[in-house]
Amino acid sequence: MTVPVQLDAEFRRRAATEGLLDVAYTLTDSPVGTLLLAATPAGLCRVSFDPDPEAEADALARRFGARVLRSSSPLEQARRELDEYFEGRRRAFDLALDLGSVPGFQREVLRALARVPYGATSTYGALAAAVDRPRAARAVGGALNRNPVPVVLPCHRVVGANGTLVGYGGGLDRKRALLALEGVTLA
Amino acid sequence: MMEVVPIPPFERLYARHAGEVLAYLERITGRERAEDCFQETFLRALAAYPRLTSARNLRGWLFTIATRVAIDERRRRMPAETLPEIAVGNRRPPYAELEHLTDGLPPTERAAVVLRYGYDLPYADIAAALGSSEEAARQAASSGVRRLRGRSIA
Repeated sequence: MTVPVQLDAEFRRRAATEGLLDVAYTLTDSPVGTLLLAATPAGLCRVSFDPDPEAEADALARRFGARVLRSSSPLEQARRELDEYFEGRRRAFDLALDLGSVPGFQREVLRALARVPYGATSTYGALAAAVDRPRAARAVGGALNRNPVPVVLPCHRVVGANGTLVGYGGGLDRKRALLALEGVTLA
Repeated sequence: MMEVVPIPPFERLYARHAGEVLAYLERITGRERAEDCFQETFLRALAAYPRLTSARNLRGWLFTIATRVAIDERRRRMPAETLPEIAVGNRRPPYAELEHLTDGLPPTERAAVVLRYGYDLPYADIAAALGSSEEAARQAASSGVRRLRGRSIA
C-alpha cells in the first residue's frame, strides 16, 4: 500500500526535528536545472547538478553516516536563499556549511574562493597565490572541480588567466549562465 | 567467508518497505492506531540504525520493530480494556506473555511466534508480513516454538 502523503511528510519532518538524521536532502528547481541540496546538523554539505538521488544518497551515507533521508525542513533556508539568488535578489549566502569531510588543502582553497565577491571573477593562479601555493594553479582547479557546494561557494567565478571560462563541474553552459546572472560577460 | 553487505542509506530502506509496514500495522493494530505506530516504528528504526552491524534481513528487522511497537501500544491501552478479563481470569493476554518469552529468538522466528500465538494471525497474514511463503512462516513459528521448548527444559 502507499503511505498517505501527510503521514509520509510528518515522519520525514519528525525524523529531522528529533535529531535522528546524519543527512537530510531535498530536490529543488532552479534556472540551471534540478538541484539536490543536502545538510548535516552542522550545515549545508552538498549542492549537486543533474542529481541521481540514489547515487547521491549512497555517497552521502558513505561520507556522513547511513541515516540519510529526504526531508525538506532542514533545507528551507538554503532553498529560500538560492531562490533569491537566482531571482537576482541576493548577492551573498548566509548559510552554515559543513566542510568537515573536505581535505585540508581543498578546504583552504574553498575558504579563499568564498571571498571572491558577487559579480567579480578571479583566476586559478590568483587563488593559488591566496593559499600561499603560487605554483599550484592546477591543483586549485582540481579542488574547485570537487567543490561540494557549488553556487553557494562560487567556483563559477574562477576563470583562466586569459579570461576564458576553462571548466566547470556543472558544465560550461551553467558557468556562463551563473556569471551572466551576476552581470559578468566574458569573451 | 561471509559476504559484507553495506548498510544502505535509510531513505532506501524506508522507500522500499514503508508501505508494507503500514499495511502490517493496520492489520495488527487497526487503522486508527496504525499511523502513530508507523511513525514510532520508523523513528525507532532511525534511532537504532547506527548500531546495526549487518544489512542482512533489514526487512525482518523492521517488522520486528513494528511488532514491538504494536505490542507496546497495546500494552499501554490494556489496563482499561482488559479489566473484566483480569477480574475473571487474572491472566495477562497471550501477546504480553509472549513478548518476554520470545526475547532472544531470531527476529523472523520471534515475529512469527508472536503473530501466530500472541495475535492469532493466520499463516497467510504472517507470510505477507514477513514477505515469505506461508510454508516458510509456518516453519519459522514452529522452529521458534521448538527453540523455546528447548530453552525451557534447559
